[in-house]
Amino acid sequence: MARLKDSPDVMVRKMLSGDRRAASRLITMIEDQSELSNELMKLIYPHANGSTVIGVTGSGGSGKSTLTDHLIRKFRALGKRVAVVAVDPSSPFSGGALLGDRIRFQGHALDDGVYIRSMGSRGYLGGLARASNDVVRIMEAMGFDVVIVETLGAGQDEIDVIHVAQTCLLVLTPGMGDDIQAMKAGIMEIADIIVLNKADLDGAEMCLRSLQAAIHCALGQEEQSWIPQVVPTVAYASRLEDIRGIDELVTAIQDHQLYLHESKAVEEVKAKRVEQELALVFKDEVERLVFNGLRGTGKKQRYVEAILEGKTEPYSVVEEVLATFLKGDVVK
Amino acid sequence: MSKQKIKVIITKVGLDGHDRGAKVVASQLKEAGMEVVYLGMYQRPEGIVKAAIEEDADVIGVSYLSGEHLVYTPLVVEEMKRHELDDVLLIAGGSFPPEDIPCMKEMGIDEVFRGGSLTKDIVDYITENVGKKG
Repeated sequence: MARLKDSPDVMVRKMLSGDRRAASRLITMIEDQSELSNELMKLIYPHANGSTVIGVTGSGGSGKSTLTDHLIRKFRALGKRVAVVAVDPSSPFSGGALLGDRIRFQGHALDDGVYIRSMGSRGYLGGLARASNDVVRIMEAMGFDVVIVETLGAGQDEIDVIHVAQTCLLVLTPGMGDDIQAMKAGIMEIADIIVLNKADLDGAEMCLRSLQAAIHCALGQEEQSWIPQVVPTVAYASRLEDIRGIDELVTAIQDHQLYLHESKAVEEVKAKRVEQELALVFKDEVERLVFNGLRGTGKKQRYVEAILEGKTEPYSVVEEVLATFLKGDVVK
Repeated sequence: MSKQKIKVIITKVGLDGHDRGAKVVASQLKEAGMEVVYLGMYQRPEGIVKAAIEEDADVIGVSYLSGEHLVYTPLVVEEMKRHELDDVLLIAGGSFPPEDIPCMKEMGIDEVFRGGSLTKDIVDYITENVGKKG
């Protein structure tokens, strides 16, 4: 089981110098929210900056992993080192997970310029795992040029990837609804690039037009902002020559990155990510502090009973507890 | 410091295309609360070990159904040794003659589960032995 064979300091130094086993063990420690994770992240964070982070989201079976496989190949051909975080859902019943994204990445099984990590969502909502952002930070610290974050099969509202990635790809397929679906809020709005995969299926042409129309309708708020591109692709075909749109997709990603850097929007994206990280760490730490503070006092049970008896409700309890804690007697 | 979840790589090695058994075992280990990385067919020992390193796996499970177990086992074991994966359990499942089992263990397989094994046996073995090797 996960043992830290060396001190956090040594482990992080090993990871920074390219030791993959050290890096993988660090990821496990963060994923498990070990008591050392804060200390580890403090050491890692200053080194984690500068990768191009690309998000890939969309429904289960839309072709996210197969497209990611193509992207890895293209970026490798450009001489970039590529890391991938691939999230799949954990069972709400057993807590187990079948992590099957790697099966699409077999062409890179022997390439040391590629590092892939699968993660179970472990009950975290939003399309990623709780630790996904930290894992991306570790991959950045490892010096990868490109980090691809592949969400689990996401439907309409799992949009956490937007807080991690600079360029967000939403993968859709024909036959997933009419033009009204394309106009809805949520996941449709986070895409910098919409990939219409399986574009050789019936209805693809109509679907493409609906998407372009929906984007056109949504335009006009800000003059300089990026206009989402729609790229039709065929990521898998029995004959290699039938695979389509991959070069166009890579060009669209490069165009978006160019836009981000030329318009300085990349600074805004980075700031938003930090803001989100801060909120996440705050939320976790406050929760941990309060629950640790209450542990063993029997207070939590008394609050639950009082709420059940109708003497109070959760809102007053939280106000009361936070007021006590924030005075500083318990928070050290 | 113990790990929250047991992580298992389930794979086939070489050119054997019978993956039903590997899929059944992968799915059953998931039901037992483990995180299973399914690599699928046609893997090479180097790729399996690279995946085990990147995933920080506790267990590698290899499925053999075409009489290739005595050929590939030493290659997987050697690759694991080369990367000092001395604390990772190596288990094999599938169809092989019982008289080959001592030889497989001699080569470095920690445990074997032939056709007819119960899921519970596999789960119990992993749960009891994970983290004790090396």
